Amino acid sequence: MLTLNHVARRFANGVEALHDVSLSLDAGDFVALLGPSGCGKSTLLRLIAGLDAPDGGQLVWRDGVPAPGALGFVFQDATLLPWATAAENVFLPLRLRGIGWADAGAKVTAALAQVGLGGFADARPHQLSGGMRMRVSIARALVSRPRVLLMDEPFAALDEFTRHKLQEDLLALWRELGCTIIFVTHSLYEAAFLARRIVLMSPRPGRIVQDIASEVRSGAAARLDPAYAALVAQITGHLRAVA
Amino acid sequence: MTAQTRLAPVLFFVLMLLVWEGLVRLTNVPAYLVPGPWAIGQAFLQAPSVLLGSLASTLLVTFVALIVSALVGVALAVAMVASKWARAAIQPWAVVLQVTPIVAIAPLIIVWVGDPFAALVVCAVIVAFFPIFSNTAIGLGAAPADLLDLFRLNGAGTWDTIRLLRLPAALPYFLAGLRVSGGLSLVGAVVAEFVAGSGGVASGLAYRILEAGYRLQIPRMFAALVLLSLAGLAINAALAGLARLLLARYGDTTPR
Ligand SMILES: Nc1ncnc2c1ncn2[C@@H]1O[C@H](COP(=O)(O)OP(=O)(O)OP(=O)(O)O)[C@@H](O)[C@H]1O
Ligand SMILES: [Mg+2]
Repeated sequence: MLTLNHVARRFANGVEALHDVSLSLDAGDFVALLGPSGCGKSTLLRLIAGLDAPDGGQLVWRDGVPAPGALGFVFQDATLLPWATAAENVFLPLRLRGIGWADAGAKVTAALAQVGLGGFADARPHQLSGGMRMRVSIARALVSRPRVLLMDEPFAALDEFTRHKLQEDLLALWRELGCTIIFVTHSLYEAAFLARRIVLMSPRPGRIVQDIASEVRSGAAARLDPAYAALVAQITGHLRAVA
Repeated sequence: MTAQTRLAPVLFFVLMLLVWEGLVRLTNVPAYLVPGPWAIGQAFLQAPSVLLGSLASTLLVTFVALIVSALVGVALAVAMVASKWARAAIQPWAVVLQVTPIVAIAPLIIVWVGDPFAALVVCAVIVAFFPIFSNTAIGLGAAPADLLDLFRLNGAGTWDTIRLLRLPAALPYFLAGLRVSGGLSLVGAVVAEFVAGSGGVASGLAYRILEAGYRLQIPRMFAALVLLSLAGLAINAALAGLARLLLARYGDTTPR
């Protein structure tokens, strides 16, 4: 689906965030980009989203650069419009692309239901908990039915209970929707639980040091699965080798 | 606010009045130097309609100037965020206007504009417009970077970004500026009236203050000043109420 060839990014202040990153991503995959803070994960995700351009190498999309709407982005914070209701926030991407409420209404309702917020269409962000706000943010990304969903540490600011629940719900959504998810995280537990493929990055300048295949997990019970524990142990070993 | 915190400033105000009246009586200061609250009240009651009419005249200038300031301030701030050219062109002029002492240029404005009411409004706008303008400009630039990225990802144009993101994000900043400008607009109106003197509309509160001063009616002069202060307090409270009303749906996290 997307191939990155020797991608490099150096910022104007001389910081080299990415150094020779080559990676090939398959459609329908769930990929975790795992690495320590400051290793260039967000930079890589912004390059994939087209929000930033590389200084070297290229990104090649097999079916052409995604049109607006084919690409969903979920940020670390929910980044909702504080003055707008949950439904208005989810409607926003469609509205920006010129789609009226008459055509969008049903999609917005469906997206909110998908993330388990069916009854909260008229709630404003300050009336929702952090986890619910993140759910609205995910609904906002899903409402366009994106081919690719980019997520930048979306659950990092949540408590463990909420995070586990959202991880399980995200896995279920991914299975249901069949889109490609590229998920940035610095939690190896999160990467091991969610992803089918774990791309491990080195400290800055970011390079890819390991590419680990995983298996699809089937919900909450998988956290107690010995295979999951073994994968966590394997990644931990790689981390120690890198650091 | 609880009933107690609401009551406290009122009680303090009454106490201050009592102390003031007591001191004036004890020391036997003549009323043409320092009148007590009692004398001021009486001076007001002698001809309330004249003073209230003047207050209305000053307030009219104040409100028109505040509305013009809001329109001009927001329009210039939006122009600045929409175009780099406009930013470079507007910024220095706004600062020049801000640092211009109004008393120095008011006589010129009064001569140039001709119409006395319009001249007063222009002077008050010059004094009042900067806080609205600079606050709104800051608010327009304070939209979160992630949301700007989201707008870009969905192909939003400059105008959609301003309308759906930057303007609503700037509303709390605008309202904070409006509250400062409300007081300044009143100050600007009175200063302009002072400069215009009897050559101006000759009906505002400043004219009553001047007139009372010439005639050594000091309690009446104080009565006009008290009206001015009360008008300032009322404007401030009204604009604070407006901000609370408009920002209710923003939740508690926005600057007030
Ligand atoms: N716009 C920028 N200008 C200059 N330097 C930048 C910019 N954006 C990021 N950097 C630098 O590039 C490096 C990588 O940043 P990036 O945000 O991609 O890291 P990250 O892996 O996402 O970290 P975290 O896990 O903390 O979010 C950091 O050292 C950062 O300081
Ligand atoms: Mg990051």
